[in-house]
Formats: sequence, structure tokens, C-alpha cells
Amino acid sequence: MYTKESLAKASQARTNWEAAVEKTVAKHSDQKEQWTTVSDLPIKRIYGPEDIQNTQFEDISYPGQFPFLRGNQPTGYRGKYWTFRMFSGMGTAVETNKRWHYLLATGQTGLSTAFDFPTLMGYDSDSSKARGEVGKCGVAIDTIEDFQDLIQGIPLDKISTSMTINPPATILWAMYCAAAQQQGVPLTKISGTIQNDILKEFIAQKTLMCPPEPSVKLISDTIEFGTKYVPKWNTISISGYHIREAGATAVQELAFTLRDGIEYVEDAIQRKGLQVDEFASRLSFFFNSHIDFFEEIAKMRAARRMWAKIMKERFGAKDPRSCWMRFHTQTAGCSLTAQQPYNNVIRTVTEALAAVLGGTQSLHTNSLDEVLCLPSEHAVQIALRTQQILAEETGVANTIDPLAGSYFVESLTNQMEEKAWEYIHKIDEMGGMIKAIEKGYPQLEISDAAYRFQQQIDAKEKVMVGVNKYVEEDEKVDIPLVTIDESVEAEQLKRLAAVKRKRDGRTVAACLKDIANACKNGDNVMPYCIEAVKNYATVQEICDVYREVYGEYRDPGIF
Amino acid sequence: MPNRTIRILIAKPGLDGHDRGAKVLARCFRDAGFEVIYTGCHQSPEQVAAVAIQEDVDVVGLSCLSGAHKFLFPEVAKLLKEQGAEDIIVIGGGIIPEQDMPALYEAGLKAIFTPGTTLESIVEWINTHVTPQV
Repeated sequence: MYTKESLAKASQARTNWEAAVEKTVAKHSDQKEQWTTVSDLPIKRIYGPEDIQNTQFEDISYPGQFPFLRGNQPTGYRGKYWTFRMFSGMGTAVETNKRWHYLLATGQTGLSTAFDFPTLMGYDSDSSKARGEVGKCGVAIDTIEDFQDLIQGIPLDKISTSMTINPPATILWAMYCAAAQQQGVPLTKISGTIQNDILKEFIAQKTLMCPPEPSVKLISDTIEFGTKYVPKWNTISISGYHIREAGATAVQELAFTLRDGIEYVEDAIQRKGLQVDEFASRLSFFFNSHIDFFEEIAKMRAARRMWAKIMKERFGAKDPRSCWMRFHTQTAGCSLTAQQPYNNVIRTVTEALAAVLGGTQSLHTNSLDEVLCLPSEHAVQIALRTQQILAEETGVANTIDPLAGSYFVESLTNQMEEKAWEYIHKIDEMGGMIKAIEKGYPQLEISDAAYRFQQQIDAKEKVMVGVNKYVEEDEKVDIPLVTIDESVEAEQLKRLAAVKRKRDGRTVAACLKDIANACKNGDNVMPYCIEAVKNYATVQEICDVYREVYGEYRDPGIF
Repeated sequence: MPNRTIRILIAKPGLDGHDRGAKVLARCFRDAGFEVIYTGCHQSPEQVAAVAIQEDVDVVGLSCLSGAHKFLFPEVAKLLKEQGAEDIIVIGGGIIPEQDMPALYEAGLKAIFTPGTTLESIVEWINTHVTPQV
């Protein structure tokens, strides 16, 4: 980007500055010897033109142009702000539906569903495994009847809905498709996202059902079905969020997420015979926005450039839309503190701002009480208002990628990319992500990072306000906590029993047999799942078929 | 001086998969010289109690962040007691609201560690309160 002469001038200026620094430091030494990001990347005292002298204009370019570092769309947020998509789900479908309507009325622009643990793991509310968990961490869904309550009054052709669902993604998506058809909305008109990213579950979040290989097959089924029949649906959201929450560094989050993405693309091409340009534009991503402002911005910018290169160079994509990395962001739950919870508002603002400057297309801002319980209506309103204020008052959306060309940001973006490639190449050498997971490689890398971080916090090498610095003695949490009443479980059991009584058991059995056959023959399960849920097959009944045919995975407990 | 090292089971009862804290503690206890067994995620209370007895541990550390601790923690304590293993000390951690604590102590838990607790203080608690069975 620079001429020889301008670099020589910069170099001279730097020498002069260094001399001045030496004198100043002799008088007042720095507050600490080493300065690092929250993920331990070393940070220099200053960045200048020398730090990006090898960065060509083409590496940065303009929005809407390869490598899409500055964004996919030529007009950034001017045409449309990012989608304000708050993650919510609690108790019963009826209760969650109420929260959804509240959020839409408050100005949210997309829906996002949190399911309870039994639903996430493919168990019905009446399973012994579900005891104590029904409706606690999200909404309980057993049959399409619950699903219909969930979407009551939501026009599925106008509002896009994201569903955080992984092992049973085929089933919940089948419910969505069936419910849309019942609303009279054709599959070509519905839009939304199923998370459907199983590899990060083995690596981090542990919501698991079957072993990795058949789990990835189910994902390729959804990619194929979406490509053919549901063209506006994102059939996967390749997620770094949980990887980061499990303790990964920013570089690990970036690298493991993209490497997971490579695995899914390879499987869809090899198993289903799809052309990359047929489906790649519907792949979506999900990142964490943590507390280290510039590190996060650099990570998101690097992610776009890396994915564009992966699609073009590794998979030979020709359609520019295949090279677009479209991503949702959530501010970092693990950065919030149970102590002095109001401080979480400030953390969330900072993280949301980083996500916006990093060019996210969709955002969930955490509520101040989210570290303690499900968010209250009041707390979620503040969190949503945070996004609205950023978008409409602060001017941060006025121009696209305003930090481009910053010596520091471009240098950090390059550094992030270089280090992430090292991980990706290492996993390639292991034979891919499934192999790496079987070896426990990403799990152990993350475990190391999480342990190191905790030790740094305990040793006060890193600061968390209210936790290891500026601690209030005898602090009492003085905010009201949302609790899910135990009666939710009883109510849900009653509803499920009623559905089971009124449905035609023989039809359900036949539907389940069809799914089992599809699994055994390697056919796409989606049409069979849609038929089964229409006939009131439960989430667990279908998952039990998967477990029976594909086997059940047990967390090996690597630490 | 105890005749053998403290043996501790770190367990994730229920369906919760947030295992960061459990794994950090498992490592920390190992570094502190304890013998550590980690169950992995998704254990039923029955499985946790069975492993605790079979492995003859001194302490069971339960971790849960899903909100199901109110059922799961007392259930493990109850099962241990029913099987004559009430000498095994049960402790818990995770997102545990203060208002839930009295019932958990009543159910037999000896300590609850919530966010912000240092690793060192947990190790210290165990060294103070646990005498390994010979």
C-alpha cells in the first residue's frame, strides 16, 4: 500500500518516536510489562505503516468485492440495519409466544428460539431424562401442537425465525415446514435458520445424540432439501459462539468454526453430489462478540476474508454469493458477571458495538440478568434498546467498515487470519474435523485456554470488574430473578399425554418405520419427518429412531 | 496426615452441556494433587451415585447451569444416602440462585460454589473439610 519513500519516512518517524518513548518510560514505566488481548495475542505499543506494508489493496478492497473483508453488500447498513434478533424461549410454547409478540412490538426484527434441554437432546417432556429440566432453559416442544402454539399469530412469510436446534434439527425444521403449509405459506416463501451445527457440539456445547459421522449426514439431508425446496432458508448456522463460551480464544473460535464449515461443504458435495454454487450461499455463521473490542472486530473481518478464500480457492466457487460469509453475532455470555449485574449493560454495549463495526448481519444482545437466570422482560428491553440506540442514534452505521485501513485493525486482522490458518492446516493434516474431534484435539486446545484464562483471573493478571477488582464486600444481587415454575413440567406432561391419546398410533408407527428405512437406505429423511410430525409423532420418537439406527454418542469427558 | 490422596468425582448430572467450569475444576483438582474422575456430560443422578460408590470417592462435585439443580442435586444426595454412602461429601456449583441454597443444604449438600469463586478457595475448602477414607 506504500511506496518505498513513504515507508522510509515512516521508519524515520518511528525511530524518533522510539527515542521519545525511551525517555518517557525511564521516568514513568508502563503499568505492566506485557499487553495482550483477552485471548492472549500480544499487542504492540503502537502500529504504523510498517505493520501493514505487505497488505495489498486487494486484501482489503471494497464491500461487495472479493474477498468481502469489508462486507458482502455494497451499501452496508444504509439499506438495512442488521437484524435485531433476540434469543428467547421459556416454559411452555404459549408463554414463549407471548414473549415473541412482546419483542416484536418492542421493535425486534427477527425471531430466535431457545429450546429447553430435553428438546435440544431429543427427549420428550415425559422422558425420565427430562426430570427437572422441562421448560427451564428454553421452551419445551414435544409435538407439532406445541409448535403451532409457539408460532401463533406470527406470519411465517414475513418474519424470519432462527431456531437453536442441533441433533433434532430435522424434526423441528419439519415442524416449521409443516406449520407453514398449514398457514397456507409455501416452502419457497419461508425464511429463517436452523443452527444444525453438530460438530461444534462435540467440540464445545455437548448437546449430542448420535456419533459425528451420521450426525453430519443428517445435516447434508437438510442442505439438500433446502437447496431443492426451501430456497430462502439457511439450513445451517456454523457456530463459533459456543466454542468461545467453552473457553476458546478468538483465534480458536475463528479456526474451528471455519474448519467445521469446510467439513459440511465437503460432505454435501461428496455425499449428495451437489455443486458448491447450488447451496453455498445459504450457509450462515454465528460468532461470539467478546469483551476485547479490537480483537473481535479483527476476528469478524478476518472471518469474511478467509471464508471467501476457502470457497473460491478450496471449493472452486464461481458465484460471488457463495463466497459471502453471512453471520449472526451474540454478545459474550461468559464475559458477564453475576456480581454487580448492572455492569453487564456496559459490557454488552461494547460487545455489540464491536459486532456492528465487525459488520454483523444479525445480533443478539445479552440481558443484564442473563448470567443469573432467563432474561426478564425489563432486562431484555434494555438489551434490545441497546441495539436500537447503536443503530439509530450513534452514527456507527453511517459508513461501511469505518476501521478499514487502520494500521492496528488491519494488522490484527492479518494476525488473526494467519494464526487461524495454522489451526486449519493442522486439522487438514489430521484428516479433517471429525478425525480431530475423535482425537480430542479441539476439545483439549479449548480446555487449555479455559484453564489458562481462569488462572489469569485468579492471579489478577486479567481484570474482571466486580470479580477480581473493585469487588463490593457483602454484595447482594438486588435484581428480581425470573424462575420457571415447577408446574410447567406437569402442564407439559398433560398436554403431551392428550396428544398421544388423540392421534392415530398406527399412522405414527408407520411414519417412524419410513424414517428408519430412509436412515438405513441413506435416503433424505426430511420428507418423512414432515409427514411424521404432521401425524403428531413426537421429537423423541423420531430421535429414538435415529439413535437406534445410528447409535448413541456418549460424551467421553475429555478434560 | 491422610494416608491417601483425596479422590473426587466431578459430575454433570442432567442434560446440561456447559462443561467449562467442571473441566476447569477437574484440571485444577488434578494440579492440586487430588485423584480426579470426570463423568462427562449427561449423567443421570443414578449414574452419578453409582460411579461415586464404585470409585469409592471422598467428594462428589456436581455442576449444573441449566436450572435443573433443584431436582438433580438433592436426588444425587438422596441416592447416595439410600445406598449407605452418606459419608461421601456432596458439593455443587454453577448458576445457583441464592434463594435455592437453603433447600440444597437441607438436602445434604455441604457447599455451593457460585460464579466468582477462585479455584484456590475451592481447593482450600476441600483440604479443610475432607479427610480421605482409608
